[in-house]
Amino acid sequence: MIELPPPREDVLARRAQIAADLRGLIDKPEAVIDAADEMRAYETDGLTAYRQMPMLVVLPGSTEEVSRVMAYCHDNGIRVVARGAGTSLAGGALPLADSVVIGVSRLSRVLDIDFANRTATVQAGVTNMGITRAVEHEQYFYAPDPSSQIVCTIAGNIAMNSGGAHCLKYGVTTNNLMGVTLVLPDGQVVELGGKHLDAAGYDLLGLITGSEGGLGIVTEATVRILRSAEGARPALISFDSNEAAGACVDAIIGSGIIPVALEFMDKPAIHATEAFAKAGYPLDAEAMLIVEVEGSEAEIAALLDRIVAIAQAHDPRTIRVSQSDAESALIWKGRKAAFGAVGQIMPDYYCMDGTIPTGTLPEVLGRIGALSAAYGFQVANIFHAGDGNLHPLILYDANKPGELARAEEMGAEILKLCVDVGGCLTGEHGVGVEKRDLMPVQFNPTDLDQQRRLKSAFDPQWLLNPAKVFPLTDTPPAWDDPAPLNLPTHGGVDAHASH
Amino acid sequence: MHTLPTSETQIADTVLAARAERTPLEISGGGTKRRLGRRVQAAATLSTDALRGITLYRPTELVISANSGTPLSEITQTLGEQGQELAFEPIDHRTVYGGEGAEPTIGGVIACNLSGPRRVNAGAARDHLLGVRAVNGRGEVIKNGGRVVKNVTGYDLCKLFAGSFGTLGILTEVTLKVRPKAERAATLVLFGLDEVAGQAAMAEALGSPFDVTGAAYLPATQASTLGVSALADAGTSATVIRLEGFADSVAYRTDALRGSYGPRAATTVLDDADGAAVWAGIRDVRPLAASSGSLWRVSTTPSEGPAVLARLRERSPVDAVLDWGGGLVWLAVEAGDDDGAAAVRDAVRPSGGHATLVRPAGGGPGEGEVFDPPPPVLAMLGDRIKRSFDPDRILNPGRMYAGV
Repeated sequence: MIELPPPREDVLARRAQIAADLRGLIDKPEAVIDAADEMRAYETDGLTAYRQMPMLVVLPGSTEEVSRVMAYCHDNGIRVVARGAGTSLAGGALPLADSVVIGVSRLSRVLDIDFANRTATVQAGVTNMGITRAVEHEQYFYAPDPSSQIVCTIAGNIAMNSGGAHCLKYGVTTNNLMGVTLVLPDGQVVELGGKHLDAAGYDLLGLITGSEGGLGIVTEATVRILRSAEGARPALISFDSNEAAGACVDAIIGSGIIPVALEFMDKPAIHATEAFAKAGYPLDAEAMLIVEVEGSEAEIAALLDRIVAIAQAHDPRTIRVSQSDAESALIWKGRKAAFGAVGQIMPDYYCMDGTIPTGTLPEVLGRIGALSAAYGFQVANIFHAGDGNLHPLILYDANKPGELARAEEMGAEILKLCVDVGGCLTGEHGVGVEKRDLMPVQFNPTDLDQQRRLKSAFDPQWLLNPAKVFPLTDTPPAWDDPAPLNLPTHGGVDAHASH
Repeated sequence: MHTLPTSETQIADTVLAARAERTPLEISGGGTKRRLGRRVQAAATLSTDALRGITLYRPTELVISANSGTPLSEITQTLGEQGQELAFEPIDHRTVYGGEGAEPTIGGVIACNLSGPRRVNAGAARDHLLGVRAVNGRGEVIKNGGRVVKNVTGYDLCKLFAGSFGTLGILTEVTLKVRPKAERAATLVLFGLDEVAGQAAMAEALGSPFDVTGAAYLPATQASTLGVSALADAGTSATVIRLEGFADSVAYRTDALRGSYGPRAATTVLDDADGAAVWAGIRDVRPLAASSGSLWRVSTTPSEGPAVLARLRERSPVDAVLDWGGGLVWLAVEAGDDDGAAAVRDAVRPSGGHATLVRPAGGGPGEGEVFDPPPPVLAMLGDRIKRSFDPDRILNPGRMYAGV
């Protein structure tokens, strides 16, 4: 189990009183959960290897209730862990033993759909897919599409700056978020951004996106919605080597085409997904690309013609252009089911999430292969080839003693390799608890201290999601603030920022 | 005193010395937009103008890195040789500031988060900033982000640096996402619409499946200033909509969009050269560059652009150009004592958004607020963020707000 800060015994000793106090702050007393069997659902997230029961769970029903709970916890020195749907693969929502988990699941209303301005405003517990569902009758969609999009919340997407397979063209969460209602650690409520572009002053919206619940809790969000293209269609191209596939990716991008998606799978990934999805993937190929373009039928045909011509110059094994919606769905079925499919061939897998400069793919796959041989674990690689986001899946068996620890050790080696070739530790899953101790691989102490001072600027007591993102340290972060914290008192703010 | 460091180390040493002596520094690059923002309270200046050079360019990875003093024109040219560009189309302020300064630098573009007409489609400068190196007010070199598009490792300081006007750190190197330049750019023009109808037409274009990369509205007087005879000869307003991509695709989408408007307005399609002149003119606010009075930039809810103008006209004569589908309103205002600040900010408030005084009637920079004063909680957060980077307020003090 990963190390967490020691629980504050004085807080735990007041648990019953705290639960009673919190029940007085919200409309539905039953939304304060303190029974162990009911809290069990909150003890872990998508990184199920780590489990920790929280002290209490609260499910507020409004921004005002989140504000009251946050103010109470702030005033009483109680740690808070925010939680969306709990799909984090990095342990971002892992509770602490003395923490109050604030879940946004009851904040599930769509508040405003504005097609004229191409925005949707939703409460933060609305799911990623829920936004698209609310606008698709007018052929609009919300662009970021993480694999967990059916269940994950926009709150969690904002906290982790989630991406997806289609962000090569449309960007990740931070590029599609226009405004939020944010509850600060002391309970004050601020509005950032709105239906206009580029808010005045420092880009706080950009800063809180991807801050992993460490700077505040988002209760409402305004996002950009986009009109869907007239159509989209993939082609599937296979190769005899990773090098040939990588060169083909470079040539497509170099030709001026930005496909809406450009996905790479290596041989182990092809085999695992084909066994599961029966998508007709080429089992004898070493590597495979799924390239998707969009537009009208004529535009799609013209773009796919260009892509096929490029691919043919890179010694492809097979080229298969989808001929129907059903075939397109089948081609995507394998890729979208990839993580589940890998779970079918081995009882456990550890999903990594580094990013590398796309040109280094053959080198990186070669070095991962060497690590795979050294550790004795099979690895399947799935790669967002257009943007360099690499997902190696390390296959292991948790029932064998020591295998999890060795899989984690090999995972850390892969992430160090990503940094070594000019990439980064995490492309879309976040740091959470999982990668916090690797942060010094990418950042030096000066870089990290700057980030930690920023956390202190928002959260001087480090009550919000502590023990995440940064390596644990027993000294408080450097903070050049001789003056007392002089925030305006609750309620003493104007219409743009109300308590 | 003016220092012109040639290395990151020299910049760090200069800041350390300035901090030791409590001597604030005014930070500049090419000096083409020193008038953008409030007057800096500094006795010494530091320019990044000598810190030049592209440090990495990988066309197939769509990424470029450059030292912050590299002229924008050098980057544009290097990218152009590979058929690529900076998609966010930054404004060149020399048009509105009378050509002062040398060349805009990439550091200045990022520090001011400058984005042009393609902002509505491709995002702002901040959306293209993948990585930074900077010297903070403690004299420390810090880095954030990297050279890859997908990166959620730690807090996103790139977003903070973009648009911080040099108040958090002195950028020394920036890494940017680049995009292939379109093979063709067609500009569809709808003539003679009033502001409300023009805004509605822009909203339809941006809400179409045709991947529109620019939507602007030029009243008749402004439409005639861009040196494009098709617009000048019409003698009426022009609603301009840009479509870019491969030639066959652009032709298809332009026809489809044009057809969707039916007979409500006379239309034409500009060729690439005329279109480029129109969009560069809109980007640089050429139609209002020679106006008397004060020049304002308003970012608001796109559908509210005409309403902002209507409210303002009740108090003051105004010339305007709408970009970003109505969400970016450039205003030339007959200035009162306050450069029209009260009238402009009052007109924007009900519609949401904010207003920036780009050029006071007197030329500026003045003593008044340039950016919307933030509400107290955000002001306090901004102050604490500033101190986390620059505890002694050495860097560009007062450029954004008094005390920051």
